[in-house]
Amino acid sequence: MKSLVQATIAIIVVCSLLFFATNRLESAGSKGSKDTLTVYNWGEYIDPDLLDQFTEETGIKVIYETFDSNEAMMTKVQQGGSAYDVAVPSEYMVQKMMEEDLLIPLDHSKIPNLKNIDPYFLDLAFDPKNKYSIPYFWGTVGIVFNPNLIEEHLTFTTWEDLWDSSLKDKVFLVDGAREVMGMGLNSIGESLNAKDEDLLRKATDKLVTLTPNVKAIIGDEITPLMINNEAAVALTWSGQAQDMMWENEDLDFAVPEEGSNLWFDNFVIPKTAANIDGAHAFINFMLDAEVSAQNNDYVGYSTPNKAAMELMDPEVINDERFYPTEEVREHLEVYENLGPEWLGKYNEYFIKFKMSLN
Amino acid sequence: MTRQRGALFPYIIWIALFVIAPIALVVYYSMLDLSGNFTLANYKSFFTPVYLKMTLTSFWYAFLITLFTLIIAYPTAYLLTKTKHKQLWLMLIIIPSWINLLLKTYAFIGIFGLYGPINAFIEIFGLEPKQILFTDFSFIFVSVYIFIPFMIIPIFNSLDKLNPTLIYAARDLGASGFTTFRRVIFPLTIDGVKSGIQVTFIPALSLFMITRLIAGNQVITLGTAIEQQFLVSQNWGMGSTIAVFLILSMVLIMFLTGQKKGGRVR
Repeated sequence: MKSLVQATIAIIVVCSLLFFATNRLESAGSKGSKDTLTVYNWGEYIDPDLLDQFTEETGIKVIYETFDSNEAMMTKVQQGGSAYDVAVPSEYMVQKMMEEDLLIPLDHSKIPNLKNIDPYFLDLAFDPKNKYSIPYFWGTVGIVFNPNLIEEHLTFTTWEDLWDSSLKDKVFLVDGAREVMGMGLNSIGESLNAKDEDLLRKATDKLVTLTPNVKAIIGDEITPLMINNEAAVALTWSGQAQDMMWENEDLDFAVPEEGSNLWFDNFVIPKTAANIDGAHAFINFMLDAEVSAQNNDYVGYSTPNKAAMELMDPEVINDERFYPTEEVREHLEVYENLGPEWLGKYNEYFIKFKMSLN
Repeated sequence: MTRQRGALFPYIIWIALFVIAPIALVVYYSMLDLSGNFTLANYKSFFTPVYLKMTLTSFWYAFLITLFTLIIAYPTAYLLTKTKHKQLWLMLIIIPSWINLLLKTYAFIGIFGLYGPINAFIEIFGLEPKQILFTDFSFIFVSVYIFIPFMIIPIFNSLDKLNPTLIYAARDLGASGFTTFRRVIFPLTIDGVKSGIQVTFIPALSLFMITRLIAGNQVITLGTAIEQQFLVSQNWGMGSTIAVFLILSMVLIMFLTGQKKGGRVR
């Protein structure tokens, strides 16, 4: 009994010490005031040195928090409570947050560096005239593969290559309904935003014929598995592919010509913002050519910042796998917000496909 | 009497808030469609081949996992009671269950990998490396590994409490080792086995993370479907409907493996 009491007291003491410490640390930059800014971004998605540089230049202290899915981010913004000043959702989530009235319109006069962005990436369908969002990074969905582990004729310029009988049990798919169903729709020559049961059924039938080749449908674990040569081929996002290719130089990446997805992650100012001026200043800072070039060097995804590209290593920006030509981009489609009903249908068909694996 | 009721009050509040209210909410949500209208459509879509097959696979895998766990756990628990430092041995078996489940699962990704230690071992004998990860074998193996301590503890407790004179009596009366086990030991420890089955089968039915990390979605259980309905489709109605069926099947299992009313006097 005595030791039990002692243990309880010990735990309480440790907890209160930790509580006291975090409290002290947090009050050093009291949340939601004029001189702090809370940035809510994906993990590993910014050069941390730039946050310090921003604080040096403007005197605004940055609190940096991360999320791992658009949905989780939106839920936290919806609930309020935390004063997020800048967030970085993907394009379909920008649309959704717009519809749910969770965003504050941007004041373009406070973001002069907007001129650095390639006009090709401005005024897109998901946010006409960039009223609420500015693109941060962009990329595609494609196939990362290890040429050493597969037959030579497979170059994945077409989705059909995935169905090749030599790839039995060698393909990883990312565990996302939009990505996999989109790939199915693209492979039968349809739009990945199709709202037609017939087409979805056809795409699923086509996907079911892929099952002998599918080794697993997993999430972020794809990255270490591809790096360790556990699999030969994986359907994934270009950004993730780039991460893998840094670690494993044998890997190559291709976006099939029939079409695929083009995605954007974008700066927005959510309704929870407490420091709206600071948020504009931060976005403007990140769009600066030099800052953006440095950031891109760290993150490594494809940047929409034209001025920054001029400062970057030409080898990087001329890599057509990650900076596809405009001609190739013609075939790429941005995800539209399907609405809950169709999103549900995509998921039903995706589950049906998954069930057929067994 | 009134005093007794007063003492029960906090527990009644507790049960109302954390047991009855959540279940009621799950049932309520299961009758809402995407736009919040009252409907039974979710139940209708549950009774389609996709979900019925999913229920069937969930039950089948949960059954296999429980079976293998029991086959391993019972003899282990039995041998444990015979050892000299049984509490120490029991402790050693329980310690791994203190480690976070996710960490253990990730460790298995490395162990089972094409270049992992198991395949390295296989190659010593000149055999081709085998695909172990992302098969139903690896799924069952990892699940069994995770549930073993939970099965051993109740069985160990009931074996430990077993009066050894009963076994001597059986042997004196001429029962063979097997008969003693079948007619004396096993019936007297059946309660431990039942609670072991409960704590294994019920969580095994709703496993979801392992189905993705270890089985690579080659095995789809009801748990996976619930996770997806809530997090991806954000269709809380359908997610709740699947949860209702999961709850119902758990009640059924509890009922089937429950102790007899009145209980035995010990």
